[in-house]
Amino acid sequence: MTSAASRFVNVGERTNVTGSAKFRKLITAGDYAAALDVAREQVENGAQILDINMDEGLLDSEKAMVEFLNLIAAEPDIARVPVMIDSSKWSVIEAGLKCVQGKPIVNSISMKEGEEAFIHYAKKVRAYGAAVVVMAFDEVGQADTFERKTEICARAYKILTEQVGFPPEDIVFDPNVFAVATGIEEHANYGVDFINATKWIRENLPHAHISGGISNLSFAFRGNEPVRAAMHSVFLYHAIAVGMDMGIVNAGALPVYDDIDPELRELAEDVVLNRRADATDRLLAAADKFKGGKQEARVVDTRWREQPVIKRLEHALVHGITEFIDADTEEARKEAARPLHVIEGPLMAGMNVVGDLFGAGKMFLPQVVKSARVMKQAVAYLMPFMEEEKRLNGGTERSNAGKILMATVKGDVHDIGKNIVGVVLQCNNYEVIDLGVMVPVQKILAAAKEHNVDAIGLSGLITPSLDEMVTVASEMEREGFDIPLLIGGATTSKIHTAVKIHPAYKRGQAVYVIDASRAVGVVSQLLAKDAKAAYVADVQADYARLAENHARAQEDKVRSPIAAARANRLELDVSQVQPKPSFLGTKVFNEIPLETLIPYIDWTPFFQTWELKGRYPEILTDAKYGEAARNLFDDATAMLKQMAAEKWLEARAVIGFWPAAARGDDIVLFKDEGRTEELGVLHTLRQQMSRTKERPNLALSDFIAPEGSGVPDYIGAFAVTAGIGEEAVTQRFARANDDYGGILAKALADRLAEAAAEWMHQQVRREHWGYAPDESLANEDLIAETYQGIRPAPGYPAQPDHTEKGFLFELLDAPKAIGLTLTESYAMWPGSAVSGLYFSHPQSRYFGLGKIDRDQTADYAARKGYELPDMERWLAPVLNYDPNRVAKIAAE
Amino acid sequence: MSDTETKIRKLAAERILILDGAMGTMIQQRRFSEEDFRAARFADWERDLKGNNDLLILTQPAAIRDIHLQYFRAGADMVETNTFSSTTIAQADYGMEALAYELNVEGAKLAREAGDIAAKEDGRPRFVAGTLGPTNRTASISPDVNNPGFRAVTFDQLAEAYGEAARGLLDGGADILLVETIFDTLNAKAAIFAIEQIFADRGSRVPVMISGTITDLSGRTLSGQTPAAFWNALNHARPLSIGLNCALGAKEMRGHIAELSRVANTLICAYPNAGLPNEFGLYDESPEAMGELVGEFASSGLVNIVGGCCGTTPAHIAAIADAVKGKAPRKIPEIAPKMRLSGLEPFELTAA
Repeated sequence: MTSAASRFVNVGERTNVTGSAKFRKLITAGDYAAALDVAREQVENGAQILDINMDEGLLDSEKAMVEFLNLIAAEPDIARVPVMIDSSKWSVIEAGLKCVQGKPIVNSISMKEGEEAFIHYAKKVRAYGAAVVVMAFDEVGQADTFERKTEICARAYKILTEQVGFPPEDIVFDPNVFAVATGIEEHANYGVDFINATKWIRENLPHAHISGGISNLSFAFRGNEPVRAAMHSVFLYHAIAVGMDMGIVNAGALPVYDDIDPELRELAEDVVLNRRADATDRLLAAADKFKGGKQEARVVDTRWREQPVIKRLEHALVHGITEFIDADTEEARKEAARPLHVIEGPLMAGMNVVGDLFGAGKMFLPQVVKSARVMKQAVAYLMPFMEEEKRLNGGTERSNAGKILMATVKGDVHDIGKNIVGVVLQCNNYEVIDLGVMVPVQKILAAAKEHNVDAIGLSGLITPSLDEMVTVASEMEREGFDIPLLIGGATTSKIHTAVKIHPAYKRGQAVYVIDASRAVGVVSQLLAKDAKAAYVADVQADYARLAENHARAQEDKVRSPIAAARANRLELDVSQVQPKPSFLGTKVFNEIPLETLIPYIDWTPFFQTWELKGRYPEILTDAKYGEAARNLFDDATAMLKQMAAEKWLEARAVIGFWPAAARGDDIVLFKDEGRTEELGVLHTLRQQMSRTKERPNLALSDFIAPEGSGVPDYIGAFAVTAGIGEEAVTQRFARANDDYGGILAKALADRLAEAAAEWMHQQVRREHWGYAPDESLANEDLIAETYQGIRPAPGYPAQPDHTEKGFLFELLDAPKAIGLTLTESYAMWPGSAVSGLYFSHPQSRYFGLGKIDRDQTADYAARKGYELPDMERWLAPVLNYDPNRVAKIAAE
Repeated sequence: MSDTETKIRKLAAERILILDGAMGTMIQQRRFSEEDFRAARFADWERDLKGNNDLLILTQPAAIRDIHLQYFRAGADMVETNTFSSTTIAQADYGMEALAYELNVEGAKLAREAGDIAAKEDGRPRFVAGTLGPTNRTASISPDVNNPGFRAVTFDQLAEAYGEAARGLLDGGADILLVETIFDTLNAKAAIFAIEQIFADRGSRVPVMISGTITDLSGRTLSGQTPAAFWNALNHARPLSIGLNCALGAKEMRGHIAELSRVANTLICAYPNAGLPNEFGLYDESPEAMGELVGEFASSGLVNIVGGCCGTTPAHIAAIADAVKGKAPRKIPEIAPKMRLSGLEPFELTAA
């Protein structure tokens, strides 16, 4: 924000009842709205300070001062500049000082009642935080000559700076501008005296300023504005040159010194500077010649008036201008089919612009309040037309669109937003019952019943209000309400409404209203019998989605310490631990016939490989992808047949079972049933999302009976591949430049490997482990994993650590047994392969680990014998923290 | 200048001073029930009292003292009394206007006791800043949108209420008066007016700290002023410090503090919220994150006094104290004497 810095300050004088007949008439008539327009015009014309004077005999000046200043405070485009509180009565000045939040200037105090009173007033001015204009006036009277002016100002300066402690830069001297060219000889040098006194003050009273009421100067030429303006202009030209830095002038009407007619300029200069004895006569003689001269046109930017009416309405709303609103509204009404369409169309569009600007920080609250007032005036204009329309329609409609009860909830005092919503609703023919602020829930509900309202609107700005709104919602539920509940206010949000308020009020519907401009749209849909159901369904779907996303995001965000997560482990029902497998150790299956595997293929991922989105088999008849999918499927089944017949690929598997027990988050494997000698350890990771007892923090080790439970348990492992021969097949296609065939073959090999894993798992359940001998599931059920037991693979959601494949492959001796090896990054080779563990317990299920914290990573690394940074590299995708950042903080 | 002010200014020339964190957050953590708020003394009070946090001064004094002590131990040089709403105007919501003076006296005493304990523990001087909150009425904004000239409270009513509260704080032993969370500058001017009256009556002064609130992204106070306009309107109080608190997190507050830092020739005090509230109204910026942001204020030479507002805890204050430790306090700039006025925006008259 740059400060308006200036060497000479225009103090607008048109809001001075003693200086402006127009303003005096408006104030005495109580037309404050038009009086405000005068003030606004002054600021638009460049007044940097507004002089406000209500000294009129017939007025209650104190009351008028307070009223006008309070109104200005609500007009941001006026209130942006400081005010000068101008009165000859101290009581009026003091009343004014109590109304302005900025730093004003008091105009004026003087020593005319003596030093004591002067000091008293000066101290008060200081206590109210204002600067001050000091008139060159003492017990004797007003200073007229250079000597009197300088003597009084010097004395006042000394008192103010030394006795009162007034900062000299906050003092403005007014050495009295008196009328010249009056025909009285003693008056001829007043201009010169003022200018010389100005120079003297500047040189002798450091930091003090000089001001004056310029219009006095030309009092003799009342009625001849061009001459008066010329006199003012030349006077200021010379006074400013010697240090006058403030003047009460009509900023819009002053000609630039150089633009004045040279003849007039010289005549005026002779008078002001008292350059020749006949100066007055000469100017008088010439005055009539200039009387009709054109004045400077007032400079108000009115270009916006040339825009189309919709734009003009928007401009008026955004800038809070009521001046033309009736005319513009009328114009829009004539163009619209119904008066209501003006509100719903251009006016609401304009308010939306206001809402957007406010949201972006480009408007601030007092401006928005003003916009609402413009809106109200436009609607007030339209009201009679709407009444008339209703009367013509037979008058059978309800007298209003609905009754809305509004309240700021208990514990909160903020109601500006609520009031704006109230205005906007009233503008749209709703009856608003406003209960005010700090309203307890009982009072809200009692009033809702008493007035039989159609909806309740709650507002709140501070955060505890969010809880209070939930309370209101639950009380509405308890008392059997079913009317809509509208939620608004700065701290409220759609997500809070969706997650906290909406679930508390199932009988009715809670709806978040983002700002006043949307209130009408929401309310009208909620109260419209035909539109309500669809709207409510939309809101509910939206809130359900939000709530779900939120729950997921929360899980992602908040981590429990690993100790707490372990305390919340799954309590395994050891009575359901499955019997011993049919054999211990490993068993190898070579040359598994591909025909056996084909029925086990899950085709959906196959189509995904080709970027055909949809589920099999529906995708074959899909409108968009159906044809491509069918062609692909035909090619695939043909190639599969050939693969099987010509044995392009060989599928192999190795499985094994071992006695096992859970030890914390690890699973210990034993060499034999005696369970004395350990074979090795499988490490697992535990979920760290914030969970409750109903939803445990899982680790795979939870699915194995723990050590010391006395229940012998077992774990299985497997590795399967359908990729033996795959390399040769792809090379063959490559040599034939058949990319399509090559990719198809690879994709099918992948599917066959998955199918082999599925088939093998079924064999294990029925036979090799044999805990489900009677299981008979169709392929869809297999894909949907409805069977008992799981086969999680390292590198997948339940155990994202690929390095766990190392021990797994050792256990199975996979390289030797089936020719499946691991690369240094723990990828399997050939690529069409699956490996994993078998868990048989009915409570075992697939889960996602989610993100983990550093405490678990460190513990896991220690258990596995890894350096922490290495472990973090392997687990990078699941870390809930930035390892580099944490390491840096830890090192500091 | 009072002795206390000389003492604090001397300390502030050496290092950045630490103010405490949120009282409300700490009270919320204790989950006091309606009965806890009432205690025996107000068991039969006809209105609900839960939420009248200031009342805990009388009904749960040990808890309030303990919170002050926690902040002192976390590194605060000064704590704010729990008297944010202890004016007749704000207490009227609970029908407890008559308790305003007592709340301020006792509130200051509790903070003083905690300060004495902390000072004894480590020998560092501790200060009590008597809090004067904004009240819940605005002197320059109409609560009635249809009647913009209307005011729900007058300057004189505010000055009277602030005066009573300030007298209580001083009688209870406050070292400093802190006019804070100012969203309407005219309210603050009434407070300053009342305070100056008390100083004149008593013939002695204490330092005054002033802290405004920039309410939203517009960079203005609720009543529409820019930070520089705010400073121009209040610098007649010759405050120990001017600054900002509440509504914004450190990140959003930085630009506005930088503006004040540029224009004000007194100490600058910043105590932001722990970030912006999330959608559930919770402040979730961590102590580390906030420490880093406020630490940057210090590195950039913007501040002399730092602390925390909504959502901050002793952990935040410890992190902030740690982050500014050893960093040079902002140097008070020489500002040329010029007439500086303000409306909603600042105005400067540059004399030739």
